[in-house]
Amino acid sequence: MSEIAIQVEHLSKQFRIGANSFQKTFRETVSDAMLAPARRLRSALRGQGTQTATKEFWALRDVSFDVNQGEVVGIIGHNGAGKSTLLKVLSRITEPTSGSAMIRGRVGTLLEVGTGFHPDLTGRENMYLNGAILGMSRAEINRKFDEIVAFAEVEQFIDTMVKHYSSGMYLRLAFAVAAHLEPEILIVDEVLAVGDAQFQKKCLGKMGEVAQNGRTVLFVSHNMAAIRSLCQRVIWLNKGTVLKDGPSASIVNEYLMETVTSSSSRVDLREAVRHYDYGKRFKINDLTFNHGEPILHGEALNVSFNYEAYADVYGVSFGYGFSSLEGTRLMTVDSDLNAPRYQIKRGQHGQLTSTIDTLNLQPGIYLLDVGVRSGDGSALDYLPGCAQVEILPGPSTPPSMSRLDYAGNVRLSGHWQWPETAQEDRD
Amino acid sequence: MQRASTTLQTTPITRIEASNGWVSLQLRELWAYRELLFFLIWRDVKVRYKQTVLGAAWAIIQPVFSMIVFTLIFGRLAKLPSDGIAYEAFSITALVPWALFANALSQGSNSLVGNANLIKKVYFPRLTVPISTVLGGLVDFAIAFVVMFGMLLWFDITPTIRMLALPLFILLVIITGLGVSLWLSALNVQFRDIRYVIPFMAQLWQYGSPVAYSSSLIPNEWRWLYGLNPMAGVIDGFRWSLLGTGQITWSTMLPSVGIALFLLITGALYFRRVEKQFADMV
Repeated sequence: MSEIAIQVEHLSKQFRIGANSFQKTFRETVSDAMLAPARRLRSALRGQGTQTATKEFWALRDVSFDVNQGEVVGIIGHNGAGKSTLLKVLSRITEPTSGSAMIRGRVGTLLEVGTGFHPDLTGRENMYLNGAILGMSRAEINRKFDEIVAFAEVEQFIDTMVKHYSSGMYLRLAFAVAAHLEPEILIVDEVLAVGDAQFQKKCLGKMGEVAQNGRTVLFVSHNMAAIRSLCQRVIWLNKGTVLKDGPSASIVNEYLMETVTSSSSRVDLREAVRHYDYGKRFKINDLTFNHGEPILHGEALNVSFNYEAYADVYGVSFGYGFSSLEGTRLMTVDSDLNAPRYQIKRGQHGQLTSTIDTLNLQPGIYLLDVGVRSGDGSALDYLPGCAQVEILPGPSTPPSMSRLDYAGNVRLSGHWQWPETAQEDRD
Repeated sequence: MQRASTTLQTTPITRIEASNGWVSLQLRELWAYRELLFFLIWRDVKVRYKQTVLGAAWAIIQPVFSMIVFTLIFGRLAKLPSDGIAYEAFSITALVPWALFANALSQGSNSLVGNANLIKKVYFPRLTVPISTVLGGLVDFAIAFVVMFGMLLWFDITPTIRMLALPLFILLVIITGLGVSLWLSALNVQFRDIRYVIPFMAQLWQYGSPVAYSSSLIPNEWRWLYGLNPMAGVIDGFRWSLLGTGQITWSTMLPSVGIALFLLITGALYFRRVEKQFADMV
């Protein structure tokens, strides 16, 4: 019964980076070719071997594993571990340098939502175009048309050009098309890192459905809660090799334990990986907690953001939040809950400071989520889980307070009024 | 590189491994993706007509304005011979197929770079990209063709039985344009400076083709050499079948068809050979 769906054998993929990168001009190639013999001669005369300026980098190195039909496998690892490269090789977008993979069944790839969406086409037109790009036939889309539109909740706007969509609508439609793809093998990369929480939940539900239908799924995510709930098995990649391969519960735990915590309270976000056009019009360059001092439980928390605007932006609001390492948001601080929004002109940069009086989140390690929204509700910059921060016990933290699961994540002392019949115990 | 075969249960098995050297064209797979090809053409055409203020009029303006300029400069001022036909009709019969070719040359060459986001995110036979761009030009061509036909009637040039041969010459433009854009689109991904060469190349190529002048100016003994430019064969063919001027000589046609097919086949093979690097480089 359990036939092998994907068989990966000694798969390796090398990239060349650095001075002598892939893309050259035609002129450089010609002059290189002409000068190469002279250079070789010169280095031979000097008694050196030929040296190339090229740096080689193995994105994948000798990766082997089998996936049975109907298995849902999560792929985890830090940035640069080779997760995306693995998915790209398996979906035939790029070729391996050596090794091989056998794939049994039709493959559907979902490396980003809305691949090929064109802003000047209507929602309906983009559905057909995107469907064709993902490998769905026109007949298939015709058949599922109503279902897709209903899932995306864009009935009224289906004949509007998608450039007039809010980013939420855009994502919903794009995901809805992809979610109705019915390949035997589904390859999905971090597509759930976008959209609002409610829609993410809906997507996860749909993914779960797909998994239950006996289809094989490879799923890359940083969201450990999603990995845990969807996958039975996890492959942990590290520096291009398979570090661990096994049941998801135990591997995810090990992964979370191993993950190093940034002790610095300044978070540099200039080079952080962003999805979509986040950071293009408006960007958070960095943020600093408590002027560089540690974050303490029970004390005030001060966050200062350095931002830069690349376009005129209106109705801007900032927000940040802390999530558990599994990706569940535990608290959020928003600038526009009871306060106005602001407009920022193109080219301006500045520092915005936010303060809360008491940080009640228990001491422990959390993921930091940061975002900036514009007036239409779309995200200008959004960096979920961009850093791990540690909240340390503060002077008012009772010694008894530790990160106990049954205490939840926020444990408060509160004000209590005891009846007179009760006596204070001074032990 | 990737071979897809079908087992009895029609579960396709794909083998992924590094390819070396020349690879097959995978025409069967290309055929399986014909619907995507259609949608890419449809997208390009639709977006082009939606985005531009002039929309479909653009397809007419380009050859008609060139015709006016050519007629004034080459016809009236330079008084180039036009085989005894009104210079307007003489030039438009060349400018319409030329516009189709020029579109293939410029748009086709940039097609891979322009579709980089698709190439990096999803697999499909990469050949569909330049093919769809070149075939998309046929829509503009059809519009321009109707205008040209009206003009010819206005100049009292009525179609003859020779017009039946026209589809062959249209096919020849497509083959030439596709061959050139397969080469250039693949080179354009690898070498960043190719795109700067293309406008210059298009200009030189036009001078080397009988657009503004008549190929009857070429001495007979050099006709074969001139015919090595497939567009010379195309334009001669267009004028022959629409205007009834000149003649179709094997000394022009044979090298034209030969070179066009050579460009197409080598272009497709070269494209497939370097295709594996596209997603990493584009």
